[in-house]
Amino acid sequence: MTTVTRALLASVVCGALAAGAQAEPYRIGVLTDMSGMNYDLSGKGSEVAARMAVEDFGGTLLGEQIEVIVGDHQNKPDVGSTLARRWIDEQNVVAVVDLPTSSVALAVQEITRQSDTALLISTGGSSELTGASCSPSTAQWTWDTYALANGTGRAMTLEGDKTWFFLTVDYTFGNALEADTTAAVEAAGGTVVGSVTHPRETSDFSSYLLQAQGSGADVIALANASGDTMTALKQAEEFGVTALGQDIAGMLLFLTDVHGVGLDIAKNLTLTTAFYWDMNEETRAWSERFAERMDGKMPTMVHAGVYSAVSNYLKAAEKSGQAKSGTQVMDTMRDMDIDDFFNHNAYLRKDGRVVHDMYLVQVKTPEESKGPWDYYKVLRTIPGDEAFRPIEQSACPLLDR
Amino acid sequence: MIKAEDFETVAETTRPHRMQRIVVVALIAVLMVLPLWVYPVLLMKLMCFALFASAFNLLLGYGGLLSFGHAAFFGGAAYVTAHALKVWELTPELAILAGVVAALVLGLAIGLLAIRRQGIYFAMVTLALAQMFYFFCLQVPFTEGEDGIQGFSRGHLFGLIDLSDSTVLYYAVAAVFVASVFAIWRIVHSPYGMILQAIRENEQRAISLGYSVQRYKLGAFVMSAGFAGLAGGLKALLFQFATLTDVNWHMSGEVILMTLIGGIGSIAGPIVGAALVVSLQNYLATTGFPVTTALGATFILCVLLFRRGIVGELRHRLPAARSKK
Repeated sequence: MTTVTRALLASVVCGALAAGAQAEPYRIGVLTDMSGMNYDLSGKGSEVAARMAVEDFGGTLLGEQIEVIVGDHQNKPDVGSTLARRWIDEQNVVAVVDLPTSSVALAVQEITRQSDTALLISTGGSSELTGASCSPSTAQWTWDTYALANGTGRAMTLEGDKTWFFLTVDYTFGNALEADTTAAVEAAGGTVVGSVTHPRETSDFSSYLLQAQGSGADVIALANASGDTMTALKQAEEFGVTALGQDIAGMLLFLTDVHGVGLDIAKNLTLTTAFYWDMNEETRAWSERFAERMDGKMPTMVHAGVYSAVSNYLKAAEKSGQAKSGTQVMDTMRDMDIDDFFNHNAYLRKDGRVVHDMYLVQVKTPEESKGPWDYYKVLRTIPGDEAFRPIEQSACPLLDR
Repeated sequence: MIKAEDFETVAETTRPHRMQRIVVVALIAVLMVLPLWVYPVLLMKLMCFALFASAFNLLLGYGGLLSFGHAAFFGGAAYVTAHALKVWELTPELAILAGVVAALVLGLAIGLLAIRRQGIYFAMVTLALAQMFYFFCLQVPFTEGEDGIQGFSRGHLFGLIDLSDSTVLYYAVAAVFVASVFAIWRIVHSPYGMILQAIRENEQRAISLGYSVQRYKLGAFVMSAGFAGLAGGLKALLFQFATLTDVNWHMSGEVILMTLIGGIGSIAGPIVGAALVVSLQNYLATTGFPVTTALGATFILCVLLFRRGIVGELRHRLPAARSKK
């Protein structure tokens, strides 16, 4: 009798302990910028998108609750990596999502590589993340600098813009953008007639713009980011660049940037994006649900990317049965066909790159636009295999060759 | 601010009071067991910033020189340490030493130019030179631009002790931290430190007494840069990256904030200030409350309510501490 009692007791205790251990929900950590310059294009919207993905999935993964938590990395790699480490060690975070600012994304990728946690990058766009620094538990979902530079460079040259002039911000990021775009332009039969570099956070672009105008190039390409792009655009408008027949290509622009400067200034600008809310029935349906929760703001490509990344992650985790191992989930995902409103017939490559179609779009003029957020017209669909860096060119050490 | 009458003779101050000793030993003991309750990576980060703020305070609190460019030394050393670990594959102690040497050289170069001016002009010169250094870091290939130097291993201390274990690293960082704070305390309470404080109080009088004021100031500047570099090197080792954040002027501003909130002119002040700022940054990160707003509000409160900073105000209010002084 005593043995039976003991066995019973033991099993009850064990059961209680096991239940105690399992009661911890799976958490998805949205690590983003909630107080700085990336707030609009990522920030709150990324949190909302992740929550929508979890709700649409049913709220449970492998029988456990899923909870979304949010962290503000303040664009500081040390804050981001401390937070990610603590989440993984103490809060049962199984996937870290979003990651604006490439230095933070790279720092967190080192953490998730060590702990084998899934890393779903949507805003982080450094092609280094799937290059020399690649990790088996990472998926870079939405875009990278190569795809934007290459997409715009190639597609615009094919559309007939044969000669290019670059306005490049003078550091690694700008130089890489220029080099990638140049390669794409030349491969498509165009030529680069000149380029000029400017320091970061320049307030006066007039001399650069005059050089660009004087070059007579078909396209003036802005190989810079956020603040610099905005300033250059505003001043290009004052110089009447597009009115005089030259096109302007933005290498790195988000829907919220266009919203910020307004159509008067951004009109006719050509750029590459991974997503636009008003493309078809599916994208509109999702985007309107998103806008309802965001006071009418339409999603950027990274918001849609966060939703798509989280929902596909959950599918793969459920299928693999191993939410804890980022690598196993990603391996399962590699065998899946990724197909939703954001990307059709997409697939996850060995180096962590998600390959999907990109779109060359042009910003509408105020007359063409029918209402708020009606900003883009799609010029051309760029097939994924053309848009992203070919795997043969990836420096990722995980590729066996 | 410490007033002239607070100065004690050198002989008295170099020997800590028994009470002080007990407190210090107790604090070190707490530091040893703290990782049982608090996340060790956070504690190490806190120590790095506390050391950085202490280095800054050596210059501001005791030398009266407000530098607006200390991020150059902190971040510069972080880059050199990271580069030494990743590319030259040095052992961690040599890598940090390389970082400190770089900070000292940079401190000497910037200091030589900056100490010729005083007050706001001194601050502006340091800011300008630090910004030049920032743009240098932005453009040279070895810093890898926006991505930063990332993904190197911590290596083995003296070629023997594996630092990849957080607990081992914690005690190594704690040892360096305690030793450095002690060194700063020793410098401040040395005859050199006394003269430095005298210069802060009345430069003309120090000159008339025959002291070579410029050399003393330069010495303080270079030492402060060196300790800031040590903090930066430790941080690079801890996080295994060095990025532009550490050389940006925001970082120079942050260290001023830490030092002022904690209280300038005391050893404990910058440590308390750094602890507060770093904890706020970390704990507010998940609350949804904007961190910059919270830090700004804290700073405004400090300026309005306790201008001496937290530690300065405590020392001022507590009668026991005052009677001892």
